[in-house]
Amino acid sequence: MRTIDQTTQEVLSLASKYFQVPADSLAPDDDFFKKLGIDSLQALELLSRLENHFGIELPDYEVQGVSDFRTLASRIQSRL
Amino acid sequence: MLDLSKYQSIGAALKDALDQFASEVCLIESDREREKERLTYRDFKERAHPLASELQVAGFKPNNRAAIIMTNQSKWLISAYVIFYCGGVLVPLDYKLTPEEQWQLLAHSGASVLITEYPIWRQLAASPARNPATNLKTVLITEAPPNADLSGAKCWEEFRGNSEPAFIPRERSDIATIVYSSGTGGRPKGCMMTHENYLEQCIALTSIYPFAPGMRYLSILPTNHAIDFMVGFFGPFICGATVVHLRTLRPEYVRDAFPKYKITYVSLVPLVLKNLQKGLQSRFNALPPGKRKIFNALVSINKAFIKRRPRLGLSRRLLKQVHQGFGGELRAIIVGGAFTEPQALQFFYDLGIPVANGYGLTEAGTAITVNDLKPFRADTVGKPLPGMQVRILNPDAEGIGEVSVRSKTVMSGYLNEPELTAETIIDSWLMTGDLGRFDSRGHLQLFGRKKNMIVTEEGKNIYPEDIETAFESLPVKEFCVFAANYIWPKRSMVGEQLLLVLHLEQGETLTDDLRRDISSRNSRLLNYKRVHGTVLFNEDFPRTASLKIKRNILAERLAQQDRASAILPL
Repeated sequence: MRTIDQTTQEVLSLASKYFQVPADSLAPDDDFFKKLGIDSLQALELLSRLENHFGIELPDYEVQGVSDFRTLASRIQSRL
Repeated sequence: MLDLSKYQSIGAALKDALDQFASEVCLIESDREREKERLTYRDFKERAHPLASELQVAGFKPNNRAAIIMTNQSKWLISAYVIFYCGGVLVPLDYKLTPEEQWQLLAHSGASVLITEYPIWRQLAASPARNPATNLKTVLITEAPPNADLSGAKCWEEFRGNSEPAFIPRERSDIATIVYSSGTGGRPKGCMMTHENYLEQCIALTSIYPFAPGMRYLSILPTNHAIDFMVGFFGPFICGATVVHLRTLRPEYVRDAFPKYKITYVSLVPLVLKNLQKGLQSRFNALPPGKRKIFNALVSINKAFIKRRPRLGLSRRLLKQVHQGFGGELRAIIVGGAFTEPQALQFFYDLGIPVANGYGLTEAGTAITVNDLKPFRADTVGKPLPGMQVRILNPDAEGIGEVSVRSKTVMSGYLNEPELTAETIIDSWLMTGDLGRFDSRGHLQLFGRKKNMIVTEEGKNIYPEDIETAFESLPVKEFCVFAANYIWPKRSMVGEQLLLVLHLEQGETLTDDLRRDISSRNSRLLNYKRVHGTVLFNEDFPRTASLKIKRNILAERLAQQDRASAILPL
């Protein structure tokens, strides 16, 4: 079982790879819309990647209003 | 299709539609790869009537208000029908608002019933903004887990009466819905829409874009939005068509839904349309040179044939793979909620997929103009719909002035806001605040806004005043938020931005600390509500006797600065 810190790091790493942003430029409390320069549709694409990576389903309502990596990771963690 | 001219209310029309099209499929609900539900009009009625019965037993009376806060799904439409059946007033609220905003609107609307989903209720119930001053007497929750704490609410699925509910007739002039067009902050704007507004709008729209049994509408825009309510509920239902709901709105599932359910119509906001365009364009670019040449030639042939009018059959044969990707049955993409760039519209039309581009606002009963495709024009928002009188007020030398509208579809007014209503509807003409002109063929072209607001590509109306609470107690003398184009008018309705205007204390400068404070507050706002820069103003803001900022005068003074150098990026 992953710890929340591991999950957060994996979220950051996947986001950096998918949107080609240097990994060391992302921090857990960053706003991913702003830091990755993405819109709401691209955020949904990121969610699909995360679901595949962690092997979970994240219902849309779970991520409604979420905009930072840490909260996103905690929502994923609760479904692992 | 039912003859809506004979009906007095939405409820009466829907009631007859459920009987007339009893064996047709009205709803399909899908979650990822799984189909969750498929209901006929008969099934719909069988689910609705016990709910109506129990609601009446619980004391829901004609003219009582009932709010729905739900994602797009079958229970949204069943609940809405029940409210109309019981003679109630529907208050459809946006599930994407924060719990605080939802409580504010629940209180403002005076709703006595709330129907919502468990995850939404969980957040509402836990919100410190939970408002004891609401009129709420009954809260119904869908899809609650077994033994969940419902904080005083009841299970939607178990709220079923045995007796036959009484149908309550309404008049055309009665209020059918209260739709919040925007302004969730200081001044909620609840548009009171009558039954006539919807009946007349539906007659006009279906005369151009008709539905019929077997046609399928993919419902993606939130159903509380005026467009989806009309073309994703009322319109298809009174024609016996099918509405498809997706519980997961990820791009890949939306894409899959087109071929899976052979979609006939879909409504999108410009952002999603542009995303579709980007995806298609990159696929075309990836074609090997030979195939790409053939593809481009086929597009050119298609363009030549559809110059005067769409020829769906021909386009589907010429560009078979593109159309099959959309299921092969797509008749048109309806785009709304915000201004769409002509280039995106033209891209789809050239492929033989008409985009029903129009212009409207909630206050006008959804659409005012729409492209009638005779011929397709990407550079305009089309001609006024049947029954719409549209005129340009105080046109300048180029014929550009404020668009105003008179029609049976225009709302009766804003709830509890007689002054705002009087400013907006003058001598029965609705002032839209948008600037436009008619070309020689009677098509409306839009050129920007007269009002201090922006509309994002996701179709969100943002009033700068609503953002200001995020910057309260900022260590400056005074501040306010403006739409950049309101200060420096631009003949454009895309790429609109918000600006934070600061009047610093005497001797102070825009320090790094202040900049960080602003950025931090800004980042806590939803992404589409964020300001893009600051503007410094070194005088006291002009104010009224009651100390309200005179925004028009302040904007005029700010406009004396050069736009490019005045805006300081965050």
